[in-house]
Amino acid sequence: MDTATPAVTVALHDGDPASPALAASHQVDARRHGELLLPAVDRVLAGAGRGLGELTGVVVGVGPGPYTGLRVGLVTAEVLGMTLGIPVYGLCTLDGIAYATGGDVDGPFVVATDARRKEVYWARYADARTRLTEPAVDRPADLAEQVAGLPAAGAGAELYPEVFPDARPPAHPPAAALAALAAERLAAGAELLPPRPLYLRRPDAQVPAAYKAVTPR
Amino acid sequence: MADEPLVLGIETSCDETGVGIVRGHTLLADAIASSVDAHARFGGVVPEVASRAHLEAMVPTIERALRDAGVAARDLDAVAVTAGPGLSGALLVGVSAAKAYAYALGKPLYGVNHLASHIAVDQLEHGALPEPTMALLVSGGHSSLLMSADITSDVRPLGATIDDAAGEAFDKVARVLGLGFPGGPFIDKAAREGDPAAIRFPRGLTGPRDPLYDFSFSGLKTSVARWVEARRAAGEDVPVADVAASFQESVADVLTRKAVRACRDNGVGHLMIGGGVAANSRLRAMAERRCEDAGIVLRVPRPKLCTDNGAMVAALGAEMVARGRAASDWELSADSSLPVTETHVPGHEHAPGHGHDHVHELAKDNLYS
Ligand SMILES: [Zn+2]
Repeated sequence: MDTATPAVTVALHDGDPASPALAASHQVDARRHGELLLPAVDRVLAGAGRGLGELTGVVVGVGPGPYTGLRVGLVTAEVLGMTLGIPVYGLCTLDGIAYATGGDVDGPFVVATDARRKEVYWARYADARTRLTEPAVDRPADLAEQVAGLPAAGAGAELYPEVFPDARPPAHPPAAALAALAAERLAAGAELLPPRPLYLRRPDAQVPAAYKAVTPR
Repeated sequence: MADEPLVLGIETSCDETGVGIVRGHTLLADAIASSVDAHARFGGVVPEVASRAHLEAMVPTIERALRDAGVAARDLDAVAVTAGPGLSGALLVGVSAAKAYAYALGKPLYGVNHLASHIAVDQLEHGALPEPTMALLVSGGHSSLLMSADITSDVRPLGATIDDAAGEAFDKVARVLGLGFPGGPFIDKAAREGDPAAIRFPRGLTGPRDPLYDFSFSGLKTSVARWVEARRAAGEDVPVADVAASFQESVADVLTRKAVRACRDNGVGHLMIGGGVAANSRLRAMAERRCEDAGIVLRVPRPKLCTDNGAMVAALGAEMVARGRAASDWELSADSSLPVTETHVPGHEHAPGHGHDHVHELAKDNLYS
Protein backbone atom coordinates (compact mmCIF):
# COMPACT_ATOMS: atom_id res chain seq x y z
CA MET A 1 0.00 0.00 0.00
CA ASP A 2 1.07 3.57 -0.59
CA THR A 3 -0.51 6.86 0.53
CA ALA A 4 2.41 9.23 -0.05
CA THR A 5 0.85 10.79 -3.15
CA PRO A 6 -2.76 11.76 -4.00
CA ALA A 7 -3.30 8.07 -4.82
CA VAL A 8 -4.61 5.59 -2.25
CA THR A 9 -3.25 2.42 -3.75
CA VAL A 10 -3.45 -1.16 -2.48
CA ALA A 11 -2.50 -4.44 -4.13
CA LEU A 12 -2.33 -8.10 -3.16
CA HIS A 13 0.66 -9.99 -4.56
CA ASP A 14 1.64 -13.65 -4.28
CA GLY A 15 5.34 -12.87 -3.85
CA ASP A 16 6.49 -14.30 -7.17
CA PRO A 17 8.38 -11.40 -8.80
CA ALA A 18 7.29 -12.60 -12.23
CA SER A 19 3.55 -12.67 -11.52
CA PRO A 20 1.07 -9.81 -11.68
CA ALA A 21 -0.92 -8.64 -8.68
CA LEU A 22 -3.82 -10.87 -7.60
CA ALA A 23 -6.02 -7.80 -7.05
CA ALA A 24 -5.50 -4.07 -6.84
CA SER A 25 -7.29 -0.84 -5.98
CA HIS A 26 -6.13 2.59 -7.11
CA GLN A 27 -8.08 5.71 -6.14
CA VAL A 28 -6.86 9.28 -6.57
CA ASP A 29 -8.26 11.65 -3.95
CA ALA A 30 -5.71 13.69 -2.01
CA ARG A 31 -8.14 14.62 0.76
CA ARG A 32 -9.59 11.25 1.71
CA HIS A 33 -6.68 8.91 2.38
CA GLY A 34 -7.97 8.14 5.85
CA GLU A 35 -11.42 7.17 4.64
CA LEU A 36 -10.37 5.23 1.55
CA LEU A 37 -7.46 3.08 2.65
CA LEU A 38 -9.04 0.41 4.85
CA PRO A 39 -12.08 -0.19 2.60
CA ALA A 40 -9.58 -0.61 -0.24
CA VAL A 41 -7.65 -3.24 1.72
CA ASP A 42 -10.91 -5.07 2.40
CA ARG A 43 -11.97 -4.84 -1.25
CA VAL A 44 -8.64 -6.11 -2.56
CA LEU A 45 -8.67 -9.12 -0.24
CA ALA A 46 -12.28 -9.89 -1.09
CA GLY A 47 -11.59 -9.44 -4.83
CA ALA A 48 -8.82 -12.03 -4.67
CA GLY A 49 -10.86 -14.31 -2.42
CA ARG A 50 -8.08 -14.28 0.15
CA GLY A 51 -8.16 -13.85 3.91
CA LEU A 52 -6.18 -11.40 6.02
CA GLY A 53 -4.72 -14.34 7.92
CA GLU A 54 -3.01 -15.55 4.73
CA LEU A 55 -0.80 -12.46 4.48
CA THR A 56 2.90 -13.07 5.07
CA GLY A 57 4.08 -9.48 4.87
CA VAL A 58 3.04 -5.88 4.30
CA VAL A 59 4.90 -3.47 2.03
CA VAL A 60 4.29 0.23 2.53
CA GLY A 61 5.51 3.30 0.66
CA VAL A 62 7.50 5.46 3.10
CA GLY A 63 7.37 8.57 0.94
CA PRO A 64 8.68 11.14 0.56
CA GLY A 65 5.20 12.64 0.54
CA PRO A 66 2.95 15.22 2.17
CA TYR A 67 2.82 14.17 5.79
CA THR A 68 -0.82 13.77 6.67
CA GLY A 69 -1.63 11.26 3.95
CA LEU A 70 1.72 9.51 4.23
CA ARG A 71 1.08 8.66 7.88
CA VAL A 72 -2.25 6.95 7.06
CA GLY A 73 -0.46 4.23 5.10
CA LEU A 74 2.39 3.85 7.55
CA VAL A 75 0.30 3.52 10.68
CA THR A 76 -2.14 1.17 8.93
CA ALA A 77 0.70 -1.06 7.74
CA GLU A 78 2.40 -1.04 11.14
CA VAL A 79 -0.76 -1.93 13.04
CA LEU A 80 -1.66 -4.69 10.57
CA GLY A 81 1.87 -6.08 10.92
CA MET A 82 1.71 -5.95 14.72
CA THR A 83 -1.71 -7.59 14.91
CA LEU A 84 -1.09 -10.30 12.33
CA GLY A 85 2.47 -10.93 13.55
CA ILE A 86 4.00 -10.43 10.10
CA PRO A 87 6.89 -8.22 8.91
CA VAL A 88 6.29 -4.70 7.56
CA TYR A 89 8.67 -3.51 4.84
CA GLY A 90 9.21 0.05 3.71
CA LEU A 91 9.96 1.07 0.14
CA CYS A 92 10.70 4.52 -1.21
CA THR A 93 7.57 5.74 -2.99
CA LEU A 94 9.68 7.15 -5.82
CA ASP A 95 11.16 3.64 -6.37
CA GLY A 96 7.63 2.33 -6.88
CA ILE A 97 7.00 4.88 -9.63
CA ALA A 98 10.38 4.13 -11.21
CA TYR A 99 9.69 0.40 -11.19
CA ALA A 100 6.27 0.98 -12.75
CA THR A 101 7.84 2.67 -15.78
CA GLY A 102 8.94 -0.87 -16.67
CA GLY A 103 10.87 -1.03 -19.91
CA ASP A 104 9.16 2.08 -21.28
CA VAL A 105 12.08 4.40 -20.58
CA ASP A 106 15.51 3.75 -22.07
CA GLY A 107 18.46 4.93 -20.07
CA PRO A 108 18.53 7.30 -17.12
CA PHE A 109 15.44 9.17 -16.00
CA VAL A 110 13.99 11.17 -13.13
CA VAL A 111 11.02 10.56 -10.84
CA ALA A 112 9.33 13.65 -9.42
CA THR A 113 6.21 13.90 -7.27
CA ASP A 114 4.28 16.93 -6.03
CA ALA A 115 5.69 18.18 -2.73
CA ARG A 116 3.27 21.16 -2.72
CA ARG A 117 4.53 24.66 -1.89
CA LYS A 118 5.91 24.83 -5.44
CA GLU A 119 8.43 22.06 -4.76
CA VAL A 120 8.91 18.46 -5.90
CA TYR A 121 10.20 15.32 -4.24
CA TRP A 122 12.60 13.75 -6.71
CA ALA A 123 15.44 11.34 -7.42
CA ARG A 124 17.46 10.21 -10.44
CA TYR A 125 17.43 6.63 -11.73
CA ALA A 126 19.79 4.64 -13.96
CA ASP A 127 16.95 2.27 -14.81
CA ALA A 128 13.62 1.10 -13.36
CA ARG A 129 15.36 -0.72 -10.50
CA THR A 130 18.35 1.48 -9.74
CA ARG A 131 18.15 4.80 -7.94
CA LEU A 132 21.23 7.01 -8.26
CA THR A 133 20.46 9.80 -5.76
CA GLU A 134 18.89 10.11 -2.34
CA PRO A 135 15.29 11.38 -2.46
CA ALA A 136 15.28 15.16 -2.09
CA VAL A 137 12.85 18.08 -2.02
CA ASP A 138 13.59 21.11 -4.18
CA ARG A 139 12.08 23.84 -6.31
CA PRO A 140 11.83 22.61 -9.91
CA ALA A 141 13.70 25.61 -11.29
CA ASP A 142 16.70 24.74 -9.12
CA LEU A 143 16.85 21.27 -10.73
CA ALA A 144 16.76 22.36 -14.34
CA GLU A 145 20.45 21.69 -14.97
CA GLN A 146 20.56 18.34 -13.16
CA VAL A 147 17.56 16.91 -15.00
CA ALA A 148 18.05 18.52 -18.42
CA GLY A 149 17.35 16.13 -21.27
CA LEU A 150 16.07 13.34 -19.00
CA PRO A 151 12.59 11.82 -19.24
CA ALA A 152 10.66 12.15 -15.99
CA ALA A 153 7.90 10.05 -14.42
CA GLY A 154 5.52 11.10 -11.64
CA ALA A 155 2.93 13.84 -11.17
CA GLY A 156 5.67 16.33 -10.29
CA ALA A 157 6.92 16.11 -13.85
CA GLU A 158 3.45 16.79 -15.28
CA LEU A 159 3.12 19.84 -13.03
CA TYR A 160 6.30 21.55 -14.22
CA PRO A 161 6.63 20.95 -17.99
CA GLU A 162 9.14 23.79 -18.35
CA VAL A 163 11.62 21.78 -16.24
CA PHE A 164 10.41 18.29 -17.24
CA PRO A 165 9.36 18.56 -20.92
CA ASP A 166 9.47 14.76 -21.41
CA ALA A 167 6.90 13.54 -18.84
CA ARG A 168 6.11 9.83 -18.71
CA PRO A 169 3.56 7.73 -16.82
CA PRO A 170 2.76 6.76 -14.18
CA ALA A 171 1.76 9.87 -12.25
CA HIS A 172 1.41 7.95 -9.00
CA PRO A 173 2.92 4.72 -7.65
CA PRO A 174 0.76 1.68 -8.37
CA ALA A 175 0.81 -0.55 -5.27
CA ALA A 176 1.23 -3.55 -7.56
CA ALA A 177 4.63 -2.16 -8.58
CA LEU A 178 5.68 -1.68 -4.95
CA ALA A 179 4.65 -5.24 -4.15
CA ALA A 180 6.47 -6.70 -7.16
CA LEU A 181 9.61 -4.66 -6.47
CA ALA A 182 9.60 -5.76 -2.83
CA ALA A 183 9.12 -9.39 -3.88
CA GLU A 184 12.04 -9.05 -6.27
CA ARG A 185 14.33 -7.51 -3.65
CA LEU A 186 13.35 -9.99 -0.96
CA ALA A 187 13.92 -12.90 -3.35
CA ALA A 188 17.40 -11.48 -4.03
CA GLY A 189 18.09 -11.30 -0.31
CA ALA A 190 18.18 -7.50 -0.27
CA GLU A 191 17.26 -5.47 2.78
CA LEU A 192 14.19 -3.26 2.61
CA LEU A 193 13.66 -0.06 4.57
CA PRO A 194 12.03 0.06 7.99
CA PRO A 195 8.46 1.45 7.81
CA ARG A 196 9.49 4.95 8.88
CA PRO A 197 8.38 8.09 7.05
CA LEU A 198 10.69 10.06 4.76
CA TYR A 199 9.50 13.57 5.59
CA LEU A 200 12.53 15.42 4.16
CA ARG A 201 11.29 18.61 5.80
CA ARG A 202 11.35 19.81 9.36
CA PRO A 203 7.91 20.31 10.90
CA ASP A 204 6.43 23.75 10.39
CA ALA A 205 6.86 25.19 13.80
CA GLN A 206 7.90 28.66 14.56
CA VAL A 207 9.15 29.42 18.01
CA PRO A 208 6.98 32.35 19.01
CA ALA A 209 8.93 35.59 19.36
CA ALA A 210 9.68 36.69 22.90
CA TYR A 211 6.48 37.39 24.78
CA LYS A 212 4.75 40.37 23.19
CA ALA A 213 3.68 43.24 25.34
CA VAL A 214 -0.05 44.01 25.18
CA THR A 215 0.22 47.47 26.73
CA PRO A 216 0.44 50.12 24.03
CA ARG A 217 3.59 52.19 24.38
CA MET B 1 -17.94 -8.81 36.02
CA ALA B 2 -16.46 -10.87 33.23
CA ASP B 3 -19.43 -10.28 30.91
CA GLU B 4 -18.89 -6.51 30.86
CA PRO B 5 -17.46 -5.29 27.57
CA LEU B 6 -13.67 -5.38 27.23
CA VAL B 7 -12.70 -2.39 25.10
CA LEU B 8 -9.44 -0.83 23.96
CA GLY B 9 -9.51 2.95 23.35
CA ILE B 10 -7.12 5.09 21.32
CA GLU B 11 -6.80 8.85 21.82
CA THR B 12 -4.66 11.13 19.61
CA SER B 13 -6.62 14.39 19.44
CA CYS B 14 -3.79 16.57 20.75
CA ASP B 15 -0.28 15.83 22.05
CA GLU B 16 -0.87 12.65 24.07
CA THR B 17 -0.84 9.23 22.43
CA GLY B 18 -3.17 7.37 24.77
CA VAL B 19 -4.20 3.72 24.70
CA GLY B 20 -6.46 2.50 27.48
CA ILE B 21 -8.23 -0.76 28.19
CA VAL B 22 -11.34 -1.08 30.35
CA ARG B 23 -13.78 -3.79 31.28
CA GLY B 24 -17.09 -2.02 31.78
CA HIS B 25 -16.38 0.51 34.53
CA THR B 26 -13.05 -1.04 35.52
CA LEU B 27 -9.77 0.48 34.40
CA LEU B 28 -7.27 -2.16 33.30
CA ALA B 29 -4.61 -0.10 31.49
CA ASP B 30 -3.90 3.56 30.78
CA ALA B 31 -0.76 3.78 28.63
CA ILE B 32 0.35 7.26 27.57
CA ALA B 33 3.18 8.62 25.45
CA SER B 34 3.33 12.38 25.56
CA SER B 35 5.08 14.75 23.19
CA VAL B 36 4.62 17.66 25.59
CA ASP B 37 8.36 18.17 26.01
CA ALA B 38 8.76 18.59 22.26
CA HIS B 39 6.22 21.43 22.37
CA ALA B 40 7.47 23.18 25.49
CA ARG B 41 9.96 25.39 23.68
CA PHE B 42 7.20 26.57 21.33
CA GLY B 43 4.93 27.53 24.21
CA GLY B 44 2.05 25.58 22.68
CA VAL B 45 1.22 22.36 20.86
CA VAL B 46 2.64 22.27 17.33
CA PRO B 47 0.30 20.10 15.23
CA GLU B 48 2.91 18.56 12.93
CA VAL B 49 5.21 17.75 15.85
CA ALA B 50 2.27 16.05 17.60
CA SER B 51 1.30 14.04 14.50
CA ARG B 52 4.83 12.78 13.98
CA ALA B 53 5.05 11.73 17.61
CA HIS B 54 1.72 9.87 17.41
CA LEU B 55 2.96 7.79 14.48
CA GLU B 56 6.12 6.80 16.35
CA ALA B 57 4.34 6.02 19.60
CA MET B 58 1.26 4.21 18.31
CA VAL B 59 2.35 0.57 18.08
CA PRO B 60 4.53 0.59 21.24
CA THR B 61 1.72 2.24 23.22
CA ILE B 62 -0.88 -0.33 22.09
CA GLU B 63 1.53 -3.13 23.03
CA ARG B 64 2.21 -1.57 26.43
CA ALA B 65 -1.51 -1.20 27.19
CA LEU B 66 -2.14 -4.87 26.39
CA ARG B 67 0.76 -5.91 28.63
CA ASP B 68 -0.37 -3.65 31.48
CA ALA B 69 -3.93 -4.98 31.27
CA GLY B 70 -2.80 -8.59 30.95
CA VAL B 71 -5.41 -9.31 28.30
CA ALA B 72 -5.11 -10.85 24.85
CA ALA B 73 -6.10 -8.72 21.87
CA ARG B 74 -8.43 -11.43 20.61
CA ASP B 75 -10.49 -11.18 23.80
CA LEU B 76 -11.38 -7.53 23.14
CA ASP B 77 -15.05 -6.87 22.40
CA ALA B 78 -14.42 -3.63 20.51
CA VAL B 79 -11.90 -0.95 19.59
CA ALA B 80 -12.84 2.69 20.27
CA VAL B 81 -11.07 5.78 18.99
CA THR B 82 -11.40 9.54 19.26
CA ALA B 83 -12.96 10.62 15.94
CA GLY B 84 -12.98 14.31 16.98
CA PRO B 85 -12.87 17.11 17.84
CA GLY B 86 -9.13 17.78 17.85
CA LEU B 87 -6.15 18.43 15.59
CA SER B 88 -7.02 16.84 12.25
CA GLY B 89 -3.60 15.39 11.41
CA ALA B 90 -3.21 14.02 14.92
CA LEU B 91 -6.71 12.50 14.96
CA LEU B 92 -6.05 10.81 11.62
CA VAL B 93 -3.14 8.77 13.02
CA GLY B 94 -5.34 7.36 15.79
CA VAL B 95 -8.35 6.76 13.55
CA SER B 96 -6.22 4.96 10.95
CA ALA B 97 -4.56 2.84 13.63
CA ALA B 98 -7.88 1.94 15.26
CA LYS B 99 -9.42 0.95 11.95
CA ALA B 100 -6.50 -1.31 11.05
CA TYR B 101 -6.54 -2.83 14.53
CA ALA B 102 -10.28 -3.48 14.66
CA TYR B 103 -10.23 -4.81 11.11
CA ALA B 104 -7.33 -7.18 11.71
CA LEU B 105 -8.95 -8.48 14.90
CA GLY B 106 -12.40 -8.74 13.35
CA LYS B 107 -13.90 -6.52 16.09
CA PRO B 108 -16.37 -3.63 15.90
CA LEU B 109 -14.95 -0.11 15.69
CA TYR B 110 -16.44 2.86 17.56
CA GLY B 111 -15.42 6.38 16.57
CA VAL B 112 -16.36 8.45 19.62
CA ASN B 113 -16.47 12.09 20.69
CA HIS B 114 -13.51 13.38 22.68
CA LEU B 115 -15.64 15.60 24.93
CA ALA B 116 -18.13 12.86 25.76
CA SER B 117 -15.13 10.65 26.59
CA HIS B 118 -13.91 13.21 29.13
CA ILE B 119 -17.27 12.78 30.89
CA ALA B 120 -17.49 8.99 30.52
CA VAL B 121 -14.08 8.47 32.14
CA ASP B 122 -15.62 9.26 35.52
CA GLN B 123 -17.35 5.87 35.39
CA LEU B 124 -13.92 4.34 35.94
CA GLU B 125 -13.54 6.38 39.13
CA HIS B 126 -17.01 6.69 40.65
CA GLY B 127 -19.14 4.09 38.85
CA ALA B 128 -22.15 4.62 36.60
CA LEU B 129 -22.82 8.26 35.72
CA PRO B 130 -26.01 9.63 37.25
CA GLU B 131 -28.52 10.66 34.58
CA PRO B 132 -28.56 13.51 34.06
CA THR B 133 -25.05 14.67 34.90
CA MET B 134 -23.71 18.21 34.53
CA ALA B 135 -20.14 18.30 33.24
CA LEU B 136 -17.64 21.13 33.36
CA LEU B 137 -14.79 20.36 30.95
CA VAL B 138 -11.79 22.63 31.25
CA SER B 139 -8.44 22.15 29.54
CA GLY B 140 -6.04 23.78 27.12
CA GLY B 141 -8.42 22.89 24.31
CA HIS B 142 -11.91 23.17 25.81
CA SER B 143 -14.03 25.07 28.31
CA SER B 144 -17.56 23.72 28.17
CA LEU B 145 -20.60 23.20 30.32
CA LEU B 146 -22.44 20.12 29.12
CA MET B 147 -25.53 18.34 30.34
CA SER B 148 -25.82 14.65 29.59
CA ALA B 149 -28.86 12.48 30.07
CA ASP B 150 -27.17 9.50 28.39
CA ILE B 151 -23.47 9.66 27.66
CA THR B 152 -23.83 7.43 24.58
CA SER B 153 -26.52 9.49 22.88
CA ASP B 154 -27.52 12.71 24.60
CA VAL B 155 -24.99 15.43 25.38
CA ARG B 156 -26.22 19.02 25.25
CA PRO B 157 -23.97 22.06 25.28
CA LEU B 158 -25.15 24.74 27.71
CA GLY B 159 -22.17 27.03 27.41
CA ALA B 160 -18.60 27.32 26.18
CA THR B 161 -15.79 29.79 26.02
CA ILE B 162 -16.26 32.61 23.53
CA ASP B 163 -12.50 33.17 23.19
CA ASP B 164 -9.64 31.32 24.94
CA ALA B 165 -9.92 27.94 26.64
CA ALA B 166 -9.25 28.10 30.39
CA GLY B 167 -6.04 26.10 29.99
CA GLU B 168 -4.80 28.52 27.34
CA ALA B 169 -5.20 31.36 29.81
CA PHE B 170 -3.07 29.40 32.29
CA ASP B 171 -0.41 28.91 29.60
CA LYS B 172 -0.38 32.57 28.64
CA VAL B 173 -0.28 33.88 32.18
CA ALA B 174 2.51 31.42 33.00
CA ARG B 175 4.39 32.85 30.04
CA VAL B 176 3.85 36.42 31.22
CA LEU B 177 5.19 35.43 34.64
CA GLY B 178 8.16 33.56 33.15
CA LEU B 179 6.96 30.17 34.44
CA GLY B 180 6.98 26.94 32.37
CA PHE B 181 4.71 25.16 29.87
CA PRO B 182 2.09 23.84 30.26
CA GLY B 183 1.16 26.64 32.59
CA GLY B 184 -1.42 24.93 34.82
CA PRO B 185 0.86 23.05 37.24
CA PHE B 186 3.31 25.98 37.47
CA ILE B 187 0.59 28.51 38.28
CA ASP B 188 -0.96 26.13 40.80
CA LYS B 189 2.40 25.69 42.56
CA ALA B 190 3.29 29.40 42.55
CA ALA B 191 -0.19 30.29 43.82
CA ARG B 192 0.26 28.22 46.98
CA GLU B 193 2.56 30.89 48.37
CA GLY B 194 0.35 33.76 47.22
CA ASP B 195 -2.69 35.72 48.38
CA PRO B 196 -5.74 35.06 46.16
CA ALA B 197 -7.26 38.37 47.26
CA ALA B 198 -4.14 40.44 46.59
CA ILE B 199 -5.34 41.67 43.20
CA ARG B 200 -8.94 41.78 42.03
CA PHE B 201 -8.76 40.53 38.43
CA PRO B 202 -11.97 40.67 36.34
CA ARG B 203 -14.51 37.83 36.25
CA GLY B 204 -15.39 37.34 32.57
CA LEU B 205 -19.06 37.27 31.47
CA THR B 206 -20.51 37.57 34.97
CA GLY B 207 -22.47 40.78 34.40
CA PRO B 208 -26.28 40.80 34.69
CA ARG B 209 -26.78 40.81 30.94
CA ASP B 210 -23.99 38.37 30.04
CA PRO B 211 -24.77 34.84 28.82
CA LEU B 212 -25.28 32.69 31.90
CA TYR B 213 -23.17 29.69 31.01
CA ASP B 214 -20.58 30.99 28.53
CA PHE B 215 -17.01 31.80 29.51
CA SER B 216 -14.42 34.36 28.47
CA PHE B 217 -10.79 34.28 29.59
CA SER B 218 -9.22 36.60 27.06
CA GLY B 219 -9.97 39.79 29.02
CA LEU B 220 -8.62 38.22 32.21
CA LYS B 221 -5.41 37.18 30.48
CA THR B 222 -4.91 40.69 29.08
CA SER B 223 -5.68 42.25 32.43
CA VAL B 224 -3.04 40.11 34.15
CA ALA B 225 -0.49 40.98 31.46
CA ARG B 226 -1.21 44.71 31.79
CA TRP B 227 -0.92 44.55 35.56
CA VAL B 228 2.43 42.76 35.37
CA GLU B 229 3.78 45.07 32.67
CA ALA B 230 2.81 48.13 34.66
CA ARG B 231 4.84 46.84 37.64
CA ARG B 232 7.80 46.09 35.42
CA ALA B 233 7.56 49.50 33.70
CA ALA B 234 7.62 51.14 37.14
CA GLY B 235 10.76 49.20 37.97
CA GLU B 236 8.98 47.22 40.71
CA ASP B 237 9.31 43.52 41.48
CA VAL B 238 6.38 41.42 40.28
CA PRO B 239 4.79 39.47 43.15
CA VAL B 240 4.57 36.26 41.11
CA ALA B 241 2.83 34.21 43.80
CA ASP B 242 0.14 36.84 44.40
CA VAL B 243 -0.49 37.31 40.68
CA ALA B 244 -0.73 33.53 40.16
CA ALA B 245 -3.07 33.10 43.14
CA SER B 246 -5.28 36.04 42.15
CA PHE B 247 -5.50 34.92 38.53
CA GLN B 248 -6.31 31.35 39.56
CA GLU B 249 -8.94 32.67 41.98
CA SER B 250 -10.70 34.51 39.16
CA VAL B 251 -10.74 31.43 36.90
CA ALA B 252 -11.94 29.08 39.66
CA ASP B 253 -14.57 31.58 40.79
CA VAL B 254 -16.14 31.98 37.35
CA LEU B 255 -16.01 28.28 36.49
CA THR B 256 -17.55 27.03 39.70
CA ARG B 257 -20.10 29.82 39.94
CA LYS B 258 -21.44 29.07 36.45
CA ALA B 259 -21.33 25.30 36.87
CA VAL B 260 -23.28 25.40 40.14
CA ARG B 261 -25.73 27.84 38.59
CA ALA B 262 -26.26 25.46 35.65
CA CYS B 263 -26.96 22.58 38.03
CA ARG B 264 -29.47 24.63 40.00
CA ASP B 265 -31.26 26.05 36.95
CA ASN B 266 -31.63 22.61 35.39
CA GLY B 267 -32.38 20.64 38.52
CA VAL B 268 -29.26 18.51 38.16
CA GLY B 269 -27.87 17.04 41.37
CA HIS B 270 -24.45 15.87 40.11
CA LEU B 271 -21.53 17.85 38.73
CA MET B 272 -18.46 16.22 37.20
CA ILE B 273 -15.35 18.22 36.35
CA GLY B 274 -12.93 16.92 33.73
CA GLY B 275 -10.10 18.12 31.51
CA GLY B 276 -6.55 19.04 32.49
CA VAL B 277 -7.57 22.14 34.46
CA ALA B 278 -9.63 19.89 36.77
CA ALA B 279 -6.28 19.03 38.35
CA ASN B 280 -6.04 22.61 39.65
CA SER B 281 -6.12 22.48 43.44
CA ARG B 282 -7.97 25.78 43.90
CA LEU B 283 -10.66 24.82 41.37
CA ARG B 284 -11.18 21.51 43.18
CA ALA B 285 -11.36 23.12 46.61
CA MET B 286 -13.75 25.84 45.52
CA ALA B 287 -15.96 23.37 43.65
CA GLU B 288 -16.14 21.14 46.70
CA ARG B 289 -17.23 23.98 48.96
CA ARG B 290 -19.78 25.47 46.57
CA CYS B 291 -21.28 22.10 45.62
CA GLU B 292 -21.63 21.19 49.27
CA ASP B 293 -23.38 24.49 49.97
CA ALA B 294 -25.73 23.88 47.05
CA GLY B 295 -26.43 20.24 47.88
CA ILE B 296 -24.77 19.03 44.68
CA VAL B 297 -22.70 15.84 44.53
CA LEU B 298 -19.30 16.60 43.00
CA ARG B 299 -17.38 14.01 40.99
CA VAL B 300 -13.82 14.73 39.88
CA PRO B 301 -11.70 11.85 38.56
CA ARG B 302 -8.05 11.59 39.62
CA PRO B 303 -5.80 13.99 37.66
CA LYS B 304 -4.37 11.32 35.35
CA LEU B 305 -7.88 10.51 34.11
CA CYS B 306 -8.76 14.20 33.68
CA THR B 307 -6.05 14.93 31.14
CA ASP B 308 -6.31 13.36 27.67
CA ASN B 309 -5.87 9.58 27.79
CA GLY B 310 -6.95 6.39 26.06
CA ALA B 311 -8.88 5.02 29.03
CA MET B 312 -11.57 7.69 28.64
CA VAL B 313 -12.10 6.62 25.03
CA ALA B 314 -12.28 3.00 26.09
CA ALA B 315 -14.74 3.94 28.86
CA LEU B 316 -17.12 5.57 26.39
CA GLY B 317 -16.60 2.72 23.91
CA ALA B 318 -17.52 0.19 26.60
CA GLU B 319 -20.71 2.12 27.33
CA MET B 320 -21.52 2.15 23.58
CA VAL B 321 -21.17 -1.64 23.50
CA ALA B 322 -23.15 -2.10 26.73
CA ARG B 323 -26.03 -0.01 25.36
CA GLY B 324 -25.99 -1.65 21.94
CA ARG B 325 -25.11 1.48 19.96
CA ALA B 326 -24.30 1.08 16.26
CA ALA B 327 -20.62 0.66 15.44
CA SER B 328 -18.76 2.86 12.94
CA ASP B 329 -17.86 1.62 9.50
CA TRP B 330 -14.47 1.36 7.77
CA GLU B 331 -14.99 4.72 6.04
CA LEU B 332 -14.86 6.44 9.45
CA SER B 333 -13.01 9.73 9.08
CA ALA B 334 -11.38 12.03 11.59
CA ASP B 335 -13.50 15.15 12.11
CA SER B 336 -11.56 18.00 13.69
CA SER B 337 -14.77 19.88 14.48
CA LEU B 338 -17.07 16.99 15.44
CA PRO B 339 -19.98 18.64 17.30
CA VAL B 340 -20.30 17.72 20.96
CA THR B 341 -23.86 16.55 20.33
CA GLU B 342 -22.49 13.73 18.16
CA THR B 343 -21.41 11.37 20.91
CA HIS B 344 -20.19 8.86 18.35
CA VAL B 345 -20.05 8.33 14.60
CA PRO B 346 -22.28 5.38 13.69
CA GLY B 347 -21.86 3.73 10.31
CA HIS B 348 -24.11 4.54 7.40
CA GLU B 349 -27.24 2.49 6.96
CA HIS B 350 -26.81 -0.29 4.43
CA ALA B 351 -29.15 -2.79 2.91
CA PRO B 352 -29.21 -6.03 4.95
CA GLY B 353 -26.32 -8.31 4.06
CA HIS B 354 -24.19 -5.56 2.57
CA GLY B 355 -23.47 -3.45 5.57
CA HIS B 356 -21.26 -3.24 8.51
CA ASP B 357 -21.89 -6.70 9.90
CA HIS B 358 -20.97 -8.23 6.61
CA VAL B 359 -17.64 -6.43 6.63
CA HIS B 360 -16.91 -7.50 10.16
CA GLU B 361 -17.79 -11.08 9.41
CA LEU B 362 -15.39 -11.03 6.53
CA ALA B 363 -12.62 -9.62 8.68
CA LYS B 364 -13.24 -12.21 11.35
CA ASP B 365 -13.03 -15.00 8.82
CA ASN B 366 -9.83 -13.51 7.55
CA LEU B 367 -7.95 -13.88 10.78
CA TYR B 368 -9.50 -16.68 12.74
CA SER B 369 -10.80 -19.26 10.32
ZN1 LIG C 1 -9.32 16.84 26.04
